[in-house]
Amino acid sequence: MTVHSFQEHFDKKIDGDVAIEPRDWMPDDYRKTLIRQISQHAHSEIVGMLPEGNWISRAPSLRRKAVLLAKVQDEAGHGLYLYSAAETLGITRDELYEQLHSGKAKYSSIFNYPTLTWADMGAIGWLVDGAAIMNQVPLCRCSYGPYARAMVRVCKEESFHQRQGYEIMLTLANGAPMQKKMAQDALDRWWWPSLMMFGPPDAESGNTEQSMRWRIKRLTNDELRQKFIDVTVEQANILGLTIPDKDLKWNEERGHYDSGAINWDEFWNVVKGNGPCNKQRLDTRKKAWADGQWVRDAAMAHAEKRKARKATAKAA
Amino acid sequence: MAQQTTNKNEWPLWEVFIRSKAGLDHKHAGSLHAADAEMAIENARDVYTRRMEGVSIWVVESTNIHASDPGDAESLYDPANDKIYRHPTFYNLPDAVKYM
Ligand SMILES: [Fe+2]
Ligand SMILES: [Fe+2]
Repeated sequence: MTVHSFQEHFDKKIDGDVAIEPRDWMPDDYRKTLIRQISQHAHSEIVGMLPEGNWISRAPSLRRKAVLLAKVQDEAGHGLYLYSAAETLGITRDELYEQLHSGKAKYSSIFNYPTLTWADMGAIGWLVDGAAIMNQVPLCRCSYGPYARAMVRVCKEESFHQRQGYEIMLTLANGAPMQKKMAQDALDRWWWPSLMMFGPPDAESGNTEQSMRWRIKRLTNDELRQKFIDVTVEQANILGLTIPDKDLKWNEERGHYDSGAINWDEFWNVVKGNGPCNKQRLDTRKKAWADGQWVRDAAMAHAEKRKARKATAKAA
Repeated sequence: MAQQTTNKNEWPLWEVFIRSKAGLDHKHAGSLHAADAEMAIENARDVYTRRMEGVSIWVVESTNIHASDPGDAESLYDPANDKIYRHPTFYNLPDAVKYM
């Protein structure tokens, strides 16, 4: 087949919703786009463990501690599913880590905000995992098989993440006035960064059109953001908390909530590395990688020694 | 299955297959890195069966998997297309014939 007919065959599969698998022919840009998106997603899961890991030792009860530990462990798992999906595209795990550590690859900016109080564990589960679910559900139908399958696994696990966060908020919101204040403060700080998780507005998002054509993306940033706002407003009402947006109101005609302008300067500033915790997060990852080097080397040396011993035993 | 791109100091890549319950086949779940088979099984347990998704795990080093070429799909599977007589619906029998 010529490149032209390969391309035609690929396009036909995409249009017919036939999944693309690792050994199938695919355009270079499709491969590159997927590596960028899947690895960015994987890095987000891994770095995303840090803000919550910060509270494991200070969880207010054994139950909360067990739950938070399980959630953070899930996020590690999500990172691993995604790294292995990215590796099917012909990039190594070490290269992926190297891109994260050098700052070449990005991760979700939300994790560059600090977790100041216990209520932040509630707000993160409710809003950040909630926004992640909104993003991830359509990705279960993404055209690239390994990514779609990883997303199915991830989505199955996410729903407890959001529910446990909401439960923390519910408990605080119905607690003492101090607790309710803490919950409101967490909502105030996490609301806008959560909306930014869906990425820049459609008009400024250069990759959206091509990704939609390739059926990597099924809904645009603004569509997902709107869906998130619409479902979350009701949830905030049940908590008796106020979303920090004075322009938020139901628009009968559109059948959606209208909302205030997002501070995109803040978003781009954090993406560029100037968020409150960018340096701390990256330093923590780099240190973990460097400190683990001897463990990786020792395990490999041990495995090789055992293999060699087995081989001699067989020969004898 | 992942492509072979392991570099020198990386732990090898393993493909993980999980039997979700007795009576069912092992099914490909994903892949992971581990120094040896024992560690691959332990890691597979943590990564792929945190919610009782499995009762048995197989791991195979990815380099040991041999796959058909997707480019050959036509010549491999097409000949089956014109052998519809391999399917039971090819045969017309009277409605009166039961249990067949
Ligand atoms: Fe996750
Ligand atoms: Fe999560």
